[in-house]
Amino acid sequence: MNQPSQPLLSLQGISASYGSITALHNVSLDVPAGQIVTLIGANGAGKSTLMMTIFGMPRAHAGRIMFDGQDISALPTHQIARLGLAQSPEGRRIFGRMTVEENLRMGAEFAGHREFERDLQHMTTIFPRLKERLHQRGGTLSGGEQQMLAIARALMSRPKLLLLDEPSLGLAPLIVKQIFRVIADLNAREGLTVFLVEQNAFHALRLAHRAYVMVNGVITMSGSGQELLSSPEVRAAYLEGGRHHDAAAAQLEISQQGETP
Amino acid sequence: MDTTDGGTPVSDGALPSPRFPIEDALRSAGLWALVTLGLCFPIVAFETLQDFSNRLTIEARPLLVLFAVAAVFAGRLGWLAVRYHGLPQLLPATRFELTPERKKQLPRIGLAALLIFPFFALLLTGQGGAVKWIDNFGVQILIYVMLAWGLNIVVGLAGLLDLGYVAFYAVGAYAYALIATYVIPATVPGLGPWAFWICLPIAGILAAFWGILLGFPVLRLRGDYLAIVTLAFGEIIRLVLINWVEVTNGNAGIRTPYITFFGLPFSSRTGETTFGDVFALPGSPAVHRSMFLYYTILALALLVAVATQRLRRLPIGRAWEAMREDEIACRSLGINTVNTKLTAFAIGAMFGGLAGAFFGARQGFVNPRSFEFMESATILAIVVLGGMGSLVGVAIAAVAVIGGIELLRELSFLKQIFGPEFDPGQYRMLIFGLAMVLMMIWRPRGLVGARQPTIALDGNAKAISASHVKEGHG
Repeated sequence: MNQPSQPLLSLQGISASYGSITALHNVSLDVPAGQIVTLIGANGAGKSTLMMTIFGMPRAHAGRIMFDGQDISALPTHQIARLGLAQSPEGRRIFGRMTVEENLRMGAEFAGHREFERDLQHMTTIFPRLKERLHQRGGTLSGGEQQMLAIARALMSRPKLLLLDEPSLGLAPLIVKQIFRVIADLNAREGLTVFLVEQNAFHALRLAHRAYVMVNGVITMSGSGQELLSSPEVRAAYLEGGRHHDAAAAQLEISQQGETP
Repeated sequence: MDTTDGGTPVSDGALPSPRFPIEDALRSAGLWALVTLGLCFPIVAFETLQDFSNRLTIEARPLLVLFAVAAVFAGRLGWLAVRYHGLPQLLPATRFELTPERKKQLPRIGLAALLIFPFFALLLTGQGGAVKWIDNFGVQILIYVMLAWGLNIVVGLAGLLDLGYVAFYAVGAYAYALIATYVIPATVPGLGPWAFWICLPIAGILAAFWGILLGFPVLRLRGDYLAIVTLAFGEIIRLVLINWVEVTNGNAGIRTPYITFFGLPFSSRTGETTFGDVFALPGSPAVHRSMFLYYTILALALLVAVATQRLRRLPIGRAWEAMREDEIACRSLGINTVNTKLTAFAIGAMFGGLAGAFFGARQGFVNPRSFEFMESATILAIVVLGGMGSLVGVAIAAVAVIGGIELLRELSFLKQIFGPEFDPGQYRMLIFGLAMVLMMIWRPRGLVGARQPTIALDGNAKAISASHVKEGHG
């Protein structure tokens, strides 16, 4: 694995809040180029806030966010996106009344990539399902298809870094496996850097080169994906013990029966 | 004829029972009549009148109540019968589906009809009656078509609810009035006859500027909050026009020069050469002018339509629509939502301003009474009734709403039935409201509630029916 001297994305002591409620405390993490980095944590730990803070919604009131050697902590959201960060946001946020094709075009247009046809072809090879649905409204797609569309829309800008916020949320285990396989493929074949936020700790950790655990807006653990996967604390909180509290863990149990890690 | 589509009986149960359940229907109709009676009792049953010594007296109107109750009873009974048996075969095409083929032809047919309308009116009603039909109906409707198409950019495409659109209409009208009456005579009087054509672009630019001015403070607002601020903006403009008497002459208004045929007047008191003289046309100057007004506003309205269609295919148009769907997603895709919103406001306002300048040149007079909230509400109602985002639907709605209001004025023969005090125009709001309620029941997305995709790789862009997406998602 190549370790560049400088990580592609680097969060240095980030704090952010919604009004008077602090959501992130002094968060530092690195996403090296060419790797999959994952952030796991329970519901409400601040994972999605972290994701949105990278895009300046809300703004970090302390710390620095460096992307590709540039401080992006004060940039407007759309300019951050144009630097080569793309995200598949929480809840997918696809444009429901617009067609799949128009959704994809929205991903390409403003990030400045004009080779629409070629990129579209590429997306339909990655997600053949979208090819069948090209002229359908985004809102009529199934949950899994919408997730694929959200990822494809983000990829249309040919990003250097793809941020994925809970791509497995509310999807059937089979679809979840499919989506994680695509993420792994994109990273392995095209060298895409991925920052993945997940509640589905088992899948995310198996995929990740590097992983962080977040509890109540604080990073509590970090290490390689394998290290965390075998760590007793993580197993207790997110893989075994957690299943009684966590729907994602319950779902995980089902998929674990099918394949032994 | 396709019988499965037209007149199939509709029943609530699994199997239709052999006989119309007359008892149930009578019971239901009776209940409705009873409710009507209750509702009528205080409002309709008594009328207050002033007697000779200016005292109020109460007069009972039992016949009117009886009439209302009977009407509701019969109506409910009829409605139930129709629902049970289906409509009689006299009306086979009860479900009008806008198929893609029909939809493609609709604009062409509409355009052809619009182009020949003035001559048609002239042929049917002659010199005397034509002005009324061309000006009161044609021009009036087309002004609203243009306004509604302009507002459609803001509300239908960009999803920014604007309740003060009439402000831009006012800006355009006053820009024309002030420049044509004061500025041009004071600076370059020779340009006087060209006033309208000079002021038209200026009015558009000024209105766009005011659109941006409104846009800035409301950038962070959405939905209800945005609606309230735009409503206030519309009122502010109107109140300024009323109270800034030194400039606007307040409620008394400003007399403006009439539109000219590119510098050539249509009528002249001082004996100048007129349009009719030069082209040696028969007929009165009023007809010439109204026809010219008609084709001018038609051209302006078509300009809005063409611009809308073009813009929708451009990145900015798609960004508007995407912003309507999800603003946060837009920003994280690299769209500058500030610029996107401001362009929507500016372009929408510009078309409002152009329509305003035209209005000033057509009326020959502007005053603040023409720019009340009621106008904004009417324009918005047209956009909503037509189906937000659909140009054809909005045009049809404008014809129905404005044409309907104008037609009500024509129904003076009803005075012979309801007495001399009956004014059909007074009932327009009632009819308007009823139409709105019915639309919300049967076509909640407007007359043409489908959205045409802006791009298609293989050329077979299919309209996406509104019924395919759940309510609240569009």
